[in-house]
Amino acid sequence: MSKELRNTPMLDQLEGGPWPSFVTGLKRLARDDGKPYQAMMIDLLGQLEHSYETRKGFWKGGTVGVIGYGGGVIPRFSEVAAKFPESKEFHTLRIQPPAGMHYTTDILRQMCDIWEQHGSGLIALHGQSGDIMFQGTKTENVQAAFDALNEIGFDLGGAGPAVRTGMSCVGAARCEHSCANEQKIHRILVNNFLDDMHRPALPYKFKFKVSGCPNDCMNSIERADMAVIGTWRDEIQADQEEVKAFVAKKGRKYVIDNVVTRCPTKALSLNDDDTLAIDNRNCVRCMHCINVMTKALSVGKEKGVTVLMGGKRTLKIGDLMGTVIVPFLRLESDDDYQRLKEIAENTIEFFAENALEHERTGEMIERIGLVSFLEGIGVEVDPHMVSEPRQCSYVRMDTWDEEAQKWLERKAEQAAG
Amino acid sequence: MSAPRMPIESGVPDPFQYMHPVLARNFGQWKHHERPRPGVLCHTSHSGDKVWTIRAGTQRQMDLYTIRKLCDIADEFAEGHVRFTIRSNIEFMVSNEAKVAPLIEKLTKEGFPVGGTGPSVSMIAHTQGWLHCDIPGTDASGVVKALMDELYEEFVREDMPNRVHITTSCCQINCGGQGDIAINVQHTKPPKINHDLVANVCERPTVVARCPVAAIRPALVNGKPSLEVDEKKCICCGACYPPCPPMQINDPEHSKLAIWVGGNHSNARSKPSFQKLVAAGIPNNPPRWTEAAAIVKKILRVYKEDARDWERLSDWVDRIGWARFFELTELPFTKFHIDNWRGSRRSLNASTHIRF
Repeated sequence: MSKELRNTPMLDQLEGGPWPSFVTGLKRLARDDGKPYQAMMIDLLGQLEHSYETRKGFWKGGTVGVIGYGGGVIPRFSEVAAKFPESKEFHTLRIQPPAGMHYTTDILRQMCDIWEQHGSGLIALHGQSGDIMFQGTKTENVQAAFDALNEIGFDLGGAGPAVRTGMSCVGAARCEHSCANEQKIHRILVNNFLDDMHRPALPYKFKFKVSGCPNDCMNSIERADMAVIGTWRDEIQADQEEVKAFVAKKGRKYVIDNVVTRCPTKALSLNDDDTLAIDNRNCVRCMHCINVMTKALSVGKEKGVTVLMGGKRTLKIGDLMGTVIVPFLRLESDDDYQRLKEIAENTIEFFAENALEHERTGEMIERIGLVSFLEGIGVEVDPHMVSEPRQCSYVRMDTWDEEAQKWLERKAEQAAG
Repeated sequence: MSAPRMPIESGVPDPFQYMHPVLARNFGQWKHHERPRPGVLCHTSHSGDKVWTIRAGTQRQMDLYTIRKLCDIADEFAEGHVRFTIRSNIEFMVSNEAKVAPLIEKLTKEGFPVGGTGPSVSMIAHTQGWLHCDIPGTDASGVVKALMDELYEEFVREDMPNRVHITTSCCQINCGGQGDIAINVQHTKPPKINHDLVANVCERPTVVARCPVAAIRPALVNGKPSLEVDEKKCICCGACYPPCPPMQINDPEHSKLAIWVGGNHSNARSKPSFQKLVAAGIPNNPPRWTEAAAIVKKILRVYKEDARDWERLSDWVDRIGWARFFELTELPFTKFHIDNWRGSRRSLNASTHIRF
C-alpha cells in the first residue's frame, strides 16, 4: 500500500526547468514503498515545504556521535517534529573523500547500498569543506552507518573546533599545471592530525587545502588556515614553435591584447619573428599566459610549493586572505615533506596554545602581529611575506642592529650554499 | 557484552585505488590540454596517452537513484570511473575519442547538462539552507536549482569573457565562500531575544565574546539572567545566533538577500580579491527567487557585453571602474556601498583618478 506524499506546491515548482532537480530526487525516495527511509523522506519534504511557506529554518543541533570520536556527525533535530514526526532526527555523516575526489562506480554503489540500509538515501557530493555528506539518518542508525562506511575504507571528517576535512585539486592526476603531488601533500597533512580531527579540542576550526598551481582551483587562499599552492622557481617552459603556431592561428593583435599586455609585471614581449620573450626574473607565476597558451607555455621544472596561512571568511573580524609564510619549499625528498609537516605541527601547536576561543588562525595573526606568529612557529622573516614594508614610524626599533645582522648572516649562509 | 567496535582511523583514502587507469599511469606526466567543445577537455601526456574528460552538472544533493544512474552511465560509456569537481560537477574520463559523443548524448538524454568548462558559468557552490542547516536565512539547493535553470545556456556554452563562479550562502557566515557573483543572506534587523530561554540554553560569556562590535551585554530581564543587544551598535550579522538560538536573527521579511561581485581566488593576472557589495534589500522569495535571479542575469549580461576576452568579473571592473559598473548595471549606489569596517580607508579613492 503506497504511502501518500504530502502536498508540496512550492517545492513542486522546482521540478520544472532544465537543471537536474533535487526535489525530484527527494520525491523519488519518498515514493519508495517498503524502504526504511520512505516515511522519513515524506516528512522531510513536508518540513522543507513548511520552510518555504514560512521562510524559516527548523533544525537545531545537539550531540550525536560514534564510539571513539568526538566529532564528524552533524546532529539535526527538528523543531517541528510534532508536525513531521518521521524526520524528527536527520543527522549527517561527514565522510572524507579520496584526495582529488576520484571514485570507481563500484565504491559509489557500495556507499549507496550502505545509505539505503542505514540512512535517507540522500548523498551530497560534496559539501563546502569537501566532505561526502551522507544526509539524514536517525540517532539509532548513526553508528551502524559509520561502521559500514569505515569498514570499506572511509573515515569521518572534521566538525567543530577541530582539524577539518582537507581538499586537493585533480592536480598531477590530470593537469599539466601541477607543480606538486597534491594528493600526497593532502594525505600527509590531514592524516598527521587525525587525533585533532576526531577529538575536537582546538580553539576553532583549522583547514588545509592544496592546489597544484597558482590558479588555486581549491580556493585555498581564501578558505584555508593553511594553504599549500604549487609553484616553480626557474623559468616558464616555452615551446617557441608552438608560440609561433598560436600567433599564426590567433593573430598578433590577439596575442598582444590577451597575453602580452595582461601580464601583471610586464614580463612578456612578442618578438618580430612571432616568438615570445619572457623576463623570468620578473615573472610572478600568475599563470595567465600559461592558461591561454596551454600548448606553448608550461610551468617550470624546479617545482615546489608556497605556503600561505590565515585565510577565512567573515566571522568575526571580516574576511582575511591567506598570506605568504613560506615563499618556496621544494617537495621531493622525505625530509622536504617532513619540513612541511613540521610547519603544520608548529602552527597547530601555536594556534592551540595562543588563539582565543573561536578565533581562527588568521584572526590570531591579526591580533598578535605576523612577526609574533613567525617567532612562534620558528620561521624567519622574508620580504616575500609583504606587499610593501611598513608605512608607519610608530615602532620601537632599538634592536635594529641585531636584526640587520641576522639578515646579513642568513644571506652569507645562503651564498655559501 | 562484547566490547564496542572502535573506529579505524584511516583518514583521507588513497585515491589511486579509485583513479581512472590512464590518469594513474600518467600521474605527473601531463603535457597540455585543449577544449574540443564546451564540457569536454582533452589532456595529452608526455607518454603520448590522451584522455577525454566529459563534465556534467548535477544537483549536488543526490538521491541514490541518481547516483546509481550516473554509475550506470559510467559503466556503459566511461570505463567505470568518475570524479567530482569542487563545484559538484561530475567528470567522466574516457581513453577513446569515439566514446565522447555517445556519452554526451546519453548524459543529455538523462538530464545532466554537459558543460561548465572554460569561459562558462559553472555550477553554483552552495551551502545547506533549509534542508539541513541549523541557522539558515534561506534555502540553498532551491536557490541554486532556480538560478541554474535560468543560467542553463551559460553552463552548456562557453561564451562568457572568462569563467564565472557563482556562490550562494544562507547566512552571513558565508560557507558558500567567495565568487565572481555571490548571493548571500543579509539580515537587516537585530535579533529578537526570547529572554525566558537564554539562561538555560546559552553560555552567555561565549555569546558576548562572539559579537564583532561588542553590542551584547549580560542583563537581568524579567528577573532572569539574559542578554541584551545595543541596537544602535548592532550590525545584524547573526554571529550570536548559532551559540544562542533564542537570539533569533532570521526573519521571513527582514532577512534579505545581498549580491556581491568580484571575488576571485585565482592568482591569474591580478592578485586574488574579495567580493564587493553591489545590491541588497532583495526579497528572500522562494521557490524561484526571481528578484535575485533578475539582478544576477543583468550583471552577467552587462559583463558579457562589456568585458574583454580573459577578463574575470573583477578584472573587468578594475578596468572600467565602479562608477561605470553601477551605470551599466543600473543598480543604485548608496551609502551602504561605502565600507566602514576596519581597514576600510584603503577602499577610498585617495587620488584624482576619475573616469567621466
